[in-house]
Amino acid sequence: MLQNPRQIVAETPRVDHLLIAEMVRAGSRVLDVGCGDGALLHLLAERRQVDGRGIEVARDRVNACVAGGLSVIQGDADRDLSEYPDAAFDYAILSLTIQATRQPKAVLENLLRIARHAIVSFPNFGHWKVRQQLLLRGRMPVTPNLPDAWYESPNGHLCTIKDFVALCEVLDARIERKVAFNASGQQLGTWLPMTAHNFLGERAVFLLSPRRR
Amino acid sequence: MSKIVKVDEAARKVQDATSSDHASCDRVGSLVARFDSPLELDCGKSLAPFDIAYQTYGTLNAAKSNAILVCHALTADQHVANDHPITGKPGWWTTLVGPGRPIDTNRFFVICSNVLGGCLGSTGPASIDAATGQPFGLNFPVITIGDMVDAQTRLIDRLGIDQLFSVIGGSMGGMQVLEWVARHGNRVFSAVPIATAAWHSAQNIAFHELGRQAVMADPNWRGGRYLEAGTSPRNGLAVARMAAHITYLSEDALQDKFGRSLQARTAKTFSFDADFQVESYLRHQGSTFVDRFDANSYLYITRALDYFDLKSEHGGILANAFKGTKTRFCVVSFTSDWLYPTRESRAIVQALNAVAANVSFVEIESSKGHDAFLLEEPELFATISGFINSAAERRGIALPAERH
Repeated sequence: MLQNPRQIVAETPRVDHLLIAEMVRAGSRVLDVGCGDGALLHLLAERRQVDGRGIEVARDRVNACVAGGLSVIQGDADRDLSEYPDAAFDYAILSLTIQATRQPKAVLENLLRIARHAIVSFPNFGHWKVRQQLLLRGRMPVTPNLPDAWYESPNGHLCTIKDFVALCEVLDARIERKVAFNASGQQLGTWLPMTAHNFLGERAVFLLSPRRR
Repeated sequence: MSKIVKVDEAARKVQDATSSDHASCDRVGSLVARFDSPLELDCGKSLAPFDIAYQTYGTLNAAKSNAILVCHALTADQHVANDHPITGKPGWWTTLVGPGRPIDTNRFFVICSNVLGGCLGSTGPASIDAATGQPFGLNFPVITIGDMVDAQTRLIDRLGIDQLFSVIGGSMGGMQVLEWVARHGNRVFSAVPIATAAWHSAQNIAFHELGRQAVMADPNWRGGRYLEAGTSPRNGLAVARMAAHITYLSEDALQDKFGRSLQARTAKTFSFDADFQVESYLRHQGSTFVDRFDANSYLYITRALDYFDLKSEHGGILANAFKGTKTRFCVVSFTSDWLYPTRESRAIVQALNAVAANVSFVEIESSKGHDAFLLEEPELFATISGFINSAAERRGIALPAERH
């Protein structure tokens, strides 16, 4: 038998998942794009009683999610988001996935179209460890946060926090909240300048909304 | 617990009221409900009276919220979870339906009815036409999947059920599931269309036409009047079944099962005997099928499948069939199914996404072709269990009592 993801959900949820759960309004409609094993959807169902849906590219993970009672379809962020109508969800979440999409800009545009809010988390390529490896060793960085060698990594479109902010400007998205986590999973103080977040943050979570005309 | 209604008993009363004028009841071994008010058909004609033969399993709860309708495929029937009265074989979906199974009859009240146009107790071309006293034969009106579903709604009304907890089916059963949602969406809490499509493809129509032509080319078909003549187009129907059976399998499944192995002989016979195991197997499939299936029913039901096109019924936009749906969906396909391939399930999912429906979609890895939905596929069972249990939780259906 397949394991029940309900039981797999770690007793200690990921810090970025906890932050997302804090951002999401209770009882809202949520689409988790690239939902993996469904840990975030389970967390949101449990703590925020959301009406949650997921899209996941890996078939075995989809099947395990559905077997665990989640509404998940096998699909692809690049290809399938265009199917959804405008503002179908309250939140569309892209958790550590945007860097692995083929067209991050189009994906983010779709997220902002199909939901009233987009929540995007990503590994920050501006983190000091990344810069250090590239600067001192002259090699593509391999860190606990980015564990794969360049030739095996699914991450084709890595970016820094500053890059992501620039993309939000291009897409005319309003940044409602942005949070960076350091390597030990602590939130960096919001009083720090963005340059510091970009240097010390290993991961970032953005809450965005479209500026509707 | 005392509030639980024994619907089996209520249903048997329905049967008692009708069985006196229904001679085939013993043969089909089922409950039969008779409906006197006419069924308006898609072809413009109406049908009255008509019978629907059905089986039930489990107990309907007091709220009548735990009913699951299982819809059968082209050549199956209402005997989903009991031994078949003619063949003696286990029901066709005992892997999925029964006590402690993914569709747990300790928890749910399961209904399965023989489709309109069928030949195991429901009114079909082999039934007697009251107007002539003869079997309908080709005077039976051409029916559609939608007509089958409308006939089922009469049965569900008679059982006093407003909303089905779930409608589940594979292949043609999956088309009925989709049609249930399209026509009677507010009566369906959850829907599980498996290995199916929203419209019949040209290839599928082509295979069906081959089957029909095989039946009609058999001289014993007699222009559809074989029952009066005391004959049966056995050879034609057997060929139709053989051809169709190939489409239910896959190249890999055939290769794995038979390869080029010879049948009970060590050398080729240089004749047209069934030298190969695969030939012998197909001949067996053909000859056992004709014992339990009416040739004209085969014509009518394959026609209903060919006519099925939920997209064109909704102005060329499939999503319109599901507009505003509150039903929870679980769409399932199999990798090696070339009769209803995954892309056809994906088209259903796309349409559901376009109306932001609550949908799960699982493609299951299997080498067994279309027939995989009827076979021992643990991932299918896990998927359906997970989906059904989660939907039942939301519907507030109690878990089965602990058995000691």
